[in-house]
Amino acid sequence: MFDVAVIGAGVVGGFCARELMKYRLSVVILEGADDVAAGASRANSGIVHAGFDAKEGSLKAKFNVLGNRMMPKVCEELGVGYKNNGSIVVAFGKEQEKTLSELKERGEINGVEGLKIVDGDHARKLEPNLSEEVTAALIAPTGGIVCPFTLNIAAVGNAMDNGAKLRCGFKVIAVQKEKEGYKLISENGEEVFAKYVINCAGAGSEKVANLFADTSFRIMDRKGEYILLDSSVKNYAHHTVFAVPTAAGKGVLVSPTTDGNILVGPTSVEEENYDTSVRVEGFAEIKDKASKMMKSIPFFETITSFAGVRAYCDRHDFVIEESKTAENLFNVGGIESPGLTASPAIGKYVAEKVAEKLHAEKNEKFDPVRRVNHFKELSEAEKNKVIAKHPEYGKIVCRCENVTLGEILESLRANPPAKTIDGIKLRTRAGMGRCQSGFCQPHVFNVLMKEYGYRADEVTKKGGKSYIIVGGEL
Amino acid sequence: MKKDLVIIGGGPAGLAAAVAAYDAGVRDLVVIERESEAGGVLKQCIHNGFGLTRFKENMTGPEYAYKFLSEAKSRGIEIMTGTFVIGFAQNKTVTCMNEKGIFEIQAKAVILAMGCRERSRGALNIAGTRPAGVFSAGTAQKYVNMQGHLPGKRVVILGSGDIGLIMARRMTLEGAKVLCVLEIMPHSSGLRRNIAQCLDDFGIPLYLEHTILKIEGEERVTGITAVQVDKNKNPIPGTEKHFDCDTVLFSVGLIPENELSKKAGLVLDPRTKGVTVDGNRETEAEGVFACGNVLHVHDLVDFVSEEAEVAGRAAAEYILKGKTHKNYIPTISGERVSYVLPQRLDKESNLPQKLYFRVKEAFRGAVVKVEAGAFVKTIKKIAVAPGEMEYVVLTPEQIRSADSVKISVLKGEECDGNI
Repeated sequence: MFDVAVIGAGVVGGFCARELMKYRLSVVILEGADDVAAGASRANSGIVHAGFDAKEGSLKAKFNVLGNRMMPKVCEELGVGYKNNGSIVVAFGKEQEKTLSELKERGEINGVEGLKIVDGDHARKLEPNLSEEVTAALIAPTGGIVCPFTLNIAAVGNAMDNGAKLRCGFKVIAVQKEKEGYKLISENGEEVFAKYVINCAGAGSEKVANLFADTSFRIMDRKGEYILLDSSVKNYAHHTVFAVPTAAGKGVLVSPTTDGNILVGPTSVEEENYDTSVRVEGFAEIKDKASKMMKSIPFFETITSFAGVRAYCDRHDFVIEESKTAENLFNVGGIESPGLTASPAIGKYVAEKVAEKLHAEKNEKFDPVRRVNHFKELSEAEKNKVIAKHPEYGKIVCRCENVTLGEILESLRANPPAKTIDGIKLRTRAGMGRCQSGFCQPHVFNVLMKEYGYRADEVTKKGGKSYIIVGGEL
Repeated sequence: MKKDLVIIGGGPAGLAAAVAAYDAGVRDLVVIERESEAGGVLKQCIHNGFGLTRFKENMTGPEYAYKFLSEAKSRGIEIMTGTFVIGFAQNKTVTCMNEKGIFEIQAKAVILAMGCRERSRGALNIAGTRPAGVFSAGTAQKYVNMQGHLPGKRVVILGSGDIGLIMARRMTLEGAKVLCVLEIMPHSSGLRRNIAQCLDDFGIPLYLEHTILKIEGEERVTGITAVQVDKNKNPIPGTEKHFDCDTVLFSVGLIPENELSKKAGLVLDPRTKGVTVDGNRETEAEGVFACGNVLHVHDLVDFVSEEAEVAGRAAAEYILKGKTHKNYIPTISGERVSYVLPQRLDKESNLPQKLYFRVKEAFRGAVVKVEAGAFVKTIKKIAVAPGEMEYVVLTPEQIRSADSVKISVLKGEECDGNI
């Protein structure tokens, strides 16, 4: 019997679990997919929003601003890429300039610091590739960028380092009320008992709530498609550049990523079946919209495209509340943008509420720092010390991102351990560069076979039946 | 560490350059190779056809590599394997990393021979999902030939580059069904002999002016939608064809691996995607040479070796005799020529110069026209194709009297019978 079961190992589930470990509680994270960061946390813009966009008084506004303030420290503790690069919202003409003023005003009510509106020429001085047509811009100096999937992985990992358990491939499909708490039953018939349940199931959070006979919110899916450019054009943009928002969301943005790529997107498409395919017309839409904001975007340096599905709620705000109908259930749903930014603050708030409810004491042994080597960031002398002790750190496997065998092996051992090709990719960046795993995949494949004793036909790209080899042995 | 000559890359170019430099008198040299064995991509090219042009021998890739590796070993040339070059500067310092650590080599001359990589699916904006079963053709080749795994059983190949054609045959021989090869251009980018031997002989259809509209499947590929394209490469609605398959291979072009060259501030030629060189394969940075697929993508390794030997001998001369005075003239890509390499020629050179070039379109009855000042020569060709590199040779005298050398390719009827 666990004190708390967190359903969903996305970034919100990860932070809920991590914050819960600051109390003397036993925690299990249940994840339906075969790895963490399988849903919206894996494929989004990676923006640390300043907080001028969300409606004043909303949960989105509150947790956005709180999360924005927490992010630098959290990223330092967890060893996650974060950069306070600043955001720019660009306006074209009087009508949109009016919207900028509204955003500034709203931001100030929300508690965003340092907002200012500048004219087009001033904006172009800050960001030289802005379109000549830009007439004014809102500058948000507290805007930033973060690596979304490593934030997710590190939050779960730090929770695990502090004692939380992770069960992947545990898709909760049935719930039974017990004398004390719940029995959670997976698709494979496995059972987990917990006194208290936190529903962080993302796109599946409505379904999970329904298992507890809670029908208080509806979740819909909205897909966003992206194009990612090679790090060779990393100097193309320094700030995150937004268009003025519309009812459908913040629209297409152009932003550097923490790993030096340029990200362009997302589109916004209503989805029914959690479809993460990129549409043919998606490319044209992204290019068209982004090219209105910025000059000659180097799309010829495209290295990949992808789509993420964001869960949004019919309340048009986050759901962060104890269930009114089911006992000992806390719902965290509809965490669309600015959910990534908000995630550390959501985790902290939820953990405080749950700990209070369970009368849990503080865990004095909690270690907020994720103890992993950050080989990439070491100086040459430090790297040499590591290599002298562990020669595998001297062997480069992924030549585009310069990922070493040592880092790959470490990703199999650090919490939460990678078990698939994509799992290694998300943790180490092996396969994320310009050749898109053409060279390193067969090496990474061999590492997985060797370390886990997999047969060749058991190695998967991303769990499930995503086998790399289906033609047999020669 | 100090060396007279550092060669970055132990593939066919690097090995041939090393042997040539040694034979020209350089003794203090090292080849840096990132993989655990030298030989480059030849190690996985177990088909034959290597060496026909140059050695009149029909070798497999590993045999061809072994030939050069043996030459290097018999001369005692040091090949530092498992070593990755992480930095390179125009002052000829090469920063390496291997299991012993990170270290710097100060060289008198450097030869860049890093080869090329395959363009990936991601670069093409192909719609659909991102399941397992999508490979670059060379990656699939590695799985099949080096690791003994057959990636899939029903295969569609996009792009008719040579690796794709070779893999169509290879996968078929291993029991897979290759449904088709799709090529967006109106002509194949592969060698004619590969179309005949790898597709025609096995009854594998080649659909020209076709591409993949969409990849399907959540976990593993379940199919693709192919579509015909118009002259501007835009899909033609109504021409969609669906193929059930578990594997998609991409053979959509090779890109010279010039990340180090770019880091060192060398400028790339947008046409070749390699650095610019003179006839000696010396780059704009004195004492830095480049050869093989890092310079421009070759279709025959025979020409890679030949080019590498030019670079190796020139690097040796630079090391042993020092800098010489250069008097450059440009080479110009004329009508229907996509590039000419080298980009510049030295009028002071006493060596005959072989100029490589590629045509932009495929046709029969071609006439190659070379204009070097007053000297004009025409050469008849039965057929030309972008997938087949052509060359002409000029004497030092012909170059000396010219201000530029221009190569054009004319259609037979444009020449008024004056040839």
